[in-house]
Amino acid sequence: MDSIAHPTQRQFNPYSDNGGTILAIAGADFTVIAGDTRQSEGYSIQTRYAPKVFPLTDRAVLAVNGFAADGNMFVKKVKQRLEWYRHAHSKDMPLRAIARLIQTMLYARRFFPFYVYNILGGIEEDGTGAVYSFDPVGSYEREACRAAGAAQSLVQPFLDNQIYFNNQQPAPGTSHPVHLPLPTILSIVIDSFTGATERHIEVGDGLEMYVVLAKGRGVQGLEDVRGVQELSVTEEGERIFVIRRDLKKD
Amino acid sequence: MDNVYRSSGFDFSNSIRNHSLAEKGLPLPKATSTGTTIVGCVFKDGIILGADTRATEGPIVADKNCEKIHYITESIRCCGAGTAADTEFVTATISSNMDLHALSTGRKPRVVTAMTMLKRHLYRHQGQVGAALVLGGVDVTGPQLFTIHPHGSTDKLPYVTMGSGSLAAMAIFESSWQPNMTREHALQLVTTAISAGIFNDLGSGSNVDACIITATGTEMLRNFVKPNERVEKERKYTFRRGATAWKSESIRKLIVNEQVTPVAGEAMDVS
Repeated sequence: MDSIAHPTQRQFNPYSDNGGTILAIAGADFTVIAGDTRQSEGYSIQTRYAPKVFPLTDRAVLAVNGFAADGNMFVKKVKQRLEWYRHAHSKDMPLRAIARLIQTMLYARRFFPFYVYNILGGIEEDGTGAVYSFDPVGSYEREACRAAGAAQSLVQPFLDNQIYFNNQQPAPGTSHPVHLPLPTILSIVIDSFTGATERHIEVGDGLEMYVVLAKGRGVQGLEDVRGVQELSVTEEGERIFVIRRDLKKD
Repeated sequence: MDNVYRSSGFDFSNSIRNHSLAEKGLPLPKATSTGTTIVGCVFKDGIILGADTRATEGPIVADKNCEKIHYITESIRCCGAGTAADTEFVTATISSNMDLHALSTGRKPRVVTAMTMLKRHLYRHQGQVGAALVLGGVDVTGPQLFTIHPHGSTDKLPYVTMGSGSLAAMAIFESSWQPNMTREHALQLVTTAISAGIFNDLGSGSNVDACIITATGTEMLRNFVKPNERVEKERKYTFRRGATAWKSESIRKLIVNEQVTPVAGEAMDVS
């Protein structure tokens, strides 16, 4: 036993990393928001089905990735704020307003952050598809596509090449398309996740893809998709669909 | 001038420099690790060894189908977990020394001999050689199965597991292993144990390798089960010819043409 008392520092780390990956891609009049369903800690799988993508309103879907406990709590608080907004204004909050709300909610915890990367996708008031991506303390940006989470470094370069056509010259006399059709984007999303599952140990088990369609847009591009399920109750206004796929479980 | 003589074995001359660099915040490069499930099991006629085939670098899969069951002698094999380079070199070194030992004694070498060589090597390096091994084989004394930890301690047991998937695999052994199992039954058990590692441990994955060693011979069952075949991609990713930009073009002739003039009179007789 020491005769002299020393100052000792103790630490408790309230955060952990639960792996997984999310991504969102905006089209001209739709948005796809996707995430895998594995939740892990270290080398252990906590569950093979823990959703990371949550529908907020008829036209907004939020994907959260990072520390699962914070992610779930954050989604709960955003949903609560959206409900209060509905009671006060008798309508759903517009997408760009939800984005700004998320910024202030994240920055409110600047010195004890929610350890989550958020990607918000949906339909803007002008009917265009939109993706907003956030860092854990609230810096955000509207983009056409974004990947986040464990396999961000594998998926984002692939998206930059396939969505933004980075490092690809167009054929002489042509130009790259600004927006891709829905079936193409769904294929790219599926291939992103099967590819990430091959090379990242924290990605796998299941894939959930949410598709938000703009008001008045038909379901073209979704008719022959296997296992598509509609979540919206009316065909007026924006419509939300979910597509589930299996990923490898090793 | 420096001494021309260099001693054999590891070169430690950079260790002080590397230690001070690590303290200044430049850590050593991360080695490929076989964050692994490896098992061994005694049955009626011999030994069955099993391994998964995933090699990792942190959270990234470095190799989807690597070999973790290493050759020691015809009737002795060794599964390796831990730092991939260490398991490969330590088993290759001991394999070579076992050959020399067999030549000098004129006998078939025993599994305990390999075990002793491995544990002495690992103890001498105080855990710096990061190899966790499952050693099995059949010799004149019968079937033998050992585990060897990176610091040199050993166990002799009828069923063993090692690596990050060792708990998942041991759960299978503890619930289902029994003495004097048939070859088929034991192979099924080893496959189930490795599969438990593949599906429940993120450090393990891909395929099941197995190796059956009996007094009559050794059977290496590479990719015995393949439960994780890659699914087909939705799209083709071939690029149009001309998709890559270039800044300048230069075409050079790399073939040298040489005019050969015969000077001396007649051609050489080559008949």
